[in-house]
Amino acid sequence: MCDSLALYIHWPFCLSKCPYCDFNSHVRDTIPEARFAAALRAELAWEAARLGHRHLRSVFFGGGTPSLMHPETVADLIADARRWFRADDATEITLEANPTSVEAGRLAAFRDAGVNRISLGVQSLQPDALASLGRTHSAEGAIAALRLARDLFPRVSFDLIYARPGQTLAQWRSELRQGLDLAADHLSLYQLTIEPGTAFETRHRRGDLVLPDADEAAALYEATAEEASRFGLLAYEVSNYARPAAESRHNLAYWRYADYAGIGPGAHGRLTLDDGAIHATRRHRAPEAWAARVEAVGHGTTEEYTVSPIERAREMLMMGLRLREGIDETRFAARTGMVLDEAIDASVLRDAIAEGYLQRDGGLLRATDAGRLRLDALLGALVL
Amino acid sequence: MTDTPLARIRNFSIIAHIDHGKSTLADRLIQATGGLSAREMTNQVLDSMELERERGITIKAQTVRLDYRARDGELYELNLMDTPGHVDFAYEVSRSLAACEGSLLVVDASQGVEAQTLANVYQAIDANHEIVPVLNKIDLPAADVPRVKQQIEDVIGLDASDAIEISAKTGLNIEGVLEALVTRLPPPVGDAQKPLTALLVDSWYDPYLGVVILVRVRDGRLRRGQKIRMMSTGAVHGVEQVGVFRPKMVAADDLGPGEMGYITAAIKTVADCKIGDTITDDRHPAAQALPGFKPSVPVVWCGLYPTDADDFEKLRESLAKLRLNDASFHYEPETSAALGFGFRCGFLGLLHLEIVQERLTREFALDLIATAPSVVYRVYRTNGQTEELHNPADMPDGSVIDHIEEPWIRATIMVPDDYLGAVLTLCSERRGQQQDLTYVGNRAMAVYKLPLNEVVFDFYDRLKSVSRGYASFDYAMDAYAPGELVRISILVNGDPVDALSFIAHRSAAEARGRAICAKLKDLIPRQLFKIAIQAAIGGRVIARETISALSKDVTAKCYGGDITRKRKLLEKQKEGKKRMRQFGKVEIPQTAFLAALKMDA
Repeated sequence: MCDSLALYIHWPFCLSKCPYCDFNSHVRDTIPEARFAAALRAELAWEAARLGHRHLRSVFFGGGTPSLMHPETVADLIADARRWFRADDATEITLEANPTSVEAGRLAAFRDAGVNRISLGVQSLQPDALASLGRTHSAEGAIAALRLARDLFPRVSFDLIYARPGQTLAQWRSELRQGLDLAADHLSLYQLTIEPGTAFETRHRRGDLVLPDADEAAALYEATAEEASRFGLLAYEVSNYARPAAESRHNLAYWRYADYAGIGPGAHGRLTLDDGAIHATRRHRAPEAWAARVEAVGHGTTEEYTVSPIERAREMLMMGLRLREGIDETRFAARTGMVLDEAIDASVLRDAIAEGYLQRDGGLLRATDAGRLRLDALLGALVL
Repeated sequence: MTDTPLARIRNFSIIAHIDHGKSTLADRLIQATGGLSAREMTNQVLDSMELERERGITIKAQTVRLDYRARDGELYELNLMDTPGHVDFAYEVSRSLAACEGSLLVVDASQGVEAQTLANVYQAIDANHEIVPVLNKIDLPAADVPRVKQQIEDVIGLDASDAIEISAKTGLNIEGVLEALVTRLPPPVGDAQKPLTALLVDSWYDPYLGVVILVRVRDGRLRRGQKIRMMSTGAVHGVEQVGVFRPKMVAADDLGPGEMGYITAAIKTVADCKIGDTITDDRHPAAQALPGFKPSVPVVWCGLYPTDADDFEKLRESLAKLRLNDASFHYEPETSAALGFGFRCGFLGLLHLEIVQERLTREFALDLIATAPSVVYRVYRTNGQTEELHNPADMPDGSVIDHIEEPWIRATIMVPDDYLGAVLTLCSERRGQQQDLTYVGNRAMAVYKLPLNEVVFDFYDRLKSVSRGYASFDYAMDAYAPGELVRISILVNGDPVDALSFIAHRSAAEARGRAICAKLKDLIPRQLFKIAIQAAIGGRVIARETISALSKDVTAKCYGGDITRKRKLLEKQKEGKKRMRQFGKVEIPQTAFLAALKMDA
C-alpha cells in the first residue's frame, strides 16, 4: 500500500567533530572511500531487493560530511537508486555540503552526478561564532559557496544556528536578515541544543556555556519566524522555512511518517514491507563494523522490528505535529491502524484546543504556532 | 545482693539542660564506683541509641546501680535514673522522677539556668524530690559560681549555698556528689511484707530478650518465676529474668522495696507495658495501684507517605518495628488523594515526630513525605456531638460546627536581654498571652500561653532565628480553649490538594494562605498550561497565584534518525509521570511538596 520511498544515505566521516554535534560522525586519517562506496551500493541493492520497484520520492546524502565523498561515488549511488526504484523529474536528490572552498570546488561535479538540491552547513555568518561552533569555514567562504551553489543548483538550502551563548535578539535579527538576503527558497534555522555526549554538554555542565532561558528562547524563536515570513519563507516545520512548494520533500517524508529507507552506518528506516507491517530498521553505528557486516551478509542491520500500532501512533503524532500542515486523520488511521482519538488523551486535547495549542477541523489535527513552540510538553501530555 | 536495707538505698535522677554535662557526670559516677573499667568506658555510656548520642538527648529511661562505700563506712546502693530530657516526654519524665526520692540539679557554671532545666526541676519539685544543686564546669574560665548560685536561688527558689562545685570533665569533686547523695537524699520507704507494687518506669524491645521492663519496687518483692499482673490491663505474665544494670545487665534473684532493676517476661511488644502502670503479684495482688498512671496520648499528628508508592508495605513493616519499642507513637493507615497510601501518625510532640521520621529514614532507609503537623482539635458540632480532629482534611463543613477548641501550652522562654523584644514580638504574632516576665541578670524569662498549633508551625526555628540561637524554650501542655479556627484549602487549578490543607486561626489565615501560594508558585515548574494556585476558606478564595505556561519546549532537530530515540524518550517520560504526584493536569514535584510543607511563616 505504500509505494513511495524516501532514501537516506549516510556518509559517516568528517574532517573534525563539531562541539555541538551528536550525529553519527567520525574523524579518520584516511577515508577508505572505495570500501565504503562498495558497501553502500551493496546495502542499497540488498534493501532494494525486498522493497521492490517503488516510486523514488527523494534521495538524501547526509552525514557526517557527504560533500567529502568523491563525486563518482555519489554518481554511482544515484545511478543505482534510479535503477532499483522509479525516479522521475520530481525526485529530489539532496546532498549536505560544508561551505569550504575545497568542497565548493566539487559542487559542479555533484550536480553532474545527479544532485539537484544542496544543503549547506553555514551555521553562522559571524566569524567568532563560527570559531566557537568549531566550524572550519569562514563567513566569506560560506557566502561564496552559497552564491556558487545558487548558480549551479535549482534548489539550495542552508542551516543557521541561533540562541548561541551571549547572542542577543538584535544580533540574531541582523544576522538572520543577512542570511535571508542570501537565501534561495529554503532555510533550516536551528536553536542551539545541548546534546548528551558532546563537548558543549561538558562545558554546559561546568557552567561555562550559558544558554538563553525559555523566555529568551521563545522570543528568539518568534523573531526568527517573523523575519523569515517577511522574506516569504514560512515555518512549515519547527525549524524549517520555505517558500510554498519549496519544502524539503525528503524531510517531509519523515514528518509525514511515510516510508523511508536508511542505508549506511547508524541509519534508521521505517519501511512497509509485504507483510503489511511497518518495520523499524537500524544499521550498525560504527563505520568499519557496519562495512564488515555488509561485506559478510549483504547489509549492516543490527536491529529490525515491527512497529506496533500505538508506537506508530506516537511516532506519527510526534513527527506530524511538527508540521504546520498537521496530521490528516484519515492517513493517520491508515498508517497506524488506530483512530486518532484512540491515541490521544481527550481531555488534554480539549484543553489544548481551548488554550490555542491545537486545532482540529476538516479531518486535520494541527499544532498552532503556540502549540509548536511547546510541542515536547504538549506531546508528553497528549499522547497516550 | 538485693537485700539492701532501705536505709542504705538512694534513688536519684539528674536534671540538666542539654550540654550542661549530665551524661558526663553519670559516666564519672559509674567510673568512680567501679561500675566499668576505664577501658569499658565509651563516652556517655547511658545514651546507647545512636540518635540519642547525636542529639545529646535521652529518649528511653535507663538506670544504673552503683555501689558506694561512704565516709560513714557503710556500703550504699545508689540507683541513678537517667530520664528522658525533653518536654515531649514529660509524662515519661514524671514517671522516672516518681521512681526516685531526689535529684541532682546540674547547672553549667558558665551558662546558668536554661528553660529546659526549669521545666524539669519543677517536675522534680512536684515529685517531692530533695534537690541537690551541682555546679558543673567550674574549671572553665567563664565559670561564674556566685552569679549562677544567685540565679538558682532567684529563678528556681532553691537554696544554692551548699551547691556542689565540680568538673565532671576532669573528675573534680565527684566524691562530693556521691557523699551528698548519701547524706542529703532521703532513703526510699516501702514494706517487703506487703503485696507487690512496682512502678513500670519504661520498657524497650531487645531482639534477644523480648521486652525488657524497667521497674522500681515500692512494696513486696519481685522474683524470678513469679506470676505478675499489669494493673491497668489485667494482663498476666511469668517473670523470666530479674536483674539490675551496673550498667551491664546482671541477673539477680529478686528486687526488694526501694530497688530499681529490670525484668523480662516473654512480652512481645512494649505496647503491652504501659509506662506508669503498676505491676503486682497475680496471686496476692495489691488493692490499689500506685498513683499517677496516664495512658500516653499523642498531641501532634502528621501523615507519612512513601515517596515511592511501592514502599508502602516497607513503611508499614518499619512502623510496626518502631512501635515495638515506642508505644507512645501511634499510626493508622490513611489515604490521600494527593499522596496515595500512607499512615496518619501521632506523636508526643515535635521532637518525637522528628525522631521517628529520622529513624524511619536512617534505620529503615525509607524516603518519606510528611504532611504538615497538626495538633488535635476538638470539634463541637451544632447537634451536640464532639469529635477529635487531627487531620485538616477531615474537618467538617463550617455550617455544622458550633465551635472548635484547640490545645494551648505554657511555654517558658529564657533569652538574653538583647533579643527579648524580638522574642516577645514572635510570641504575640503567634497569639501568645504573656503570663510572666522576669529578669535574672541580663537574661529574661518569659512565660507565655501559646496555642500549640502556632508552635508546631515552625515556631522553634523562628525563635532560634530571632534570638540568634540564644533563646531556650520549653513547654508543658496547658488546656483546651475555644479558638476562631478555619481550614485553609489549597487548590491547584480548582482542585483541592488534601495534603496541603491546614488549620489556622482566622487572624493568620490570609497571610499563611498567601505565603503558601507564593511559595508554591516558586516551587512548581512552569508547565504546558498555566496553573492557578489558590488558598481558600470554605468557598472564599483568600489568595491566588498564577504560574504561566512554559514559553518554549520543543526539540529543534527531529528527522528520520531521531524517531526511535524520541519515541522512547516520550514513553519514558510517560512512565515517569505515573510516579509523579499529579493533580488534574498539574505535576507537583516531590521537592515542591516537601518545601511547601516546611514553609516559613
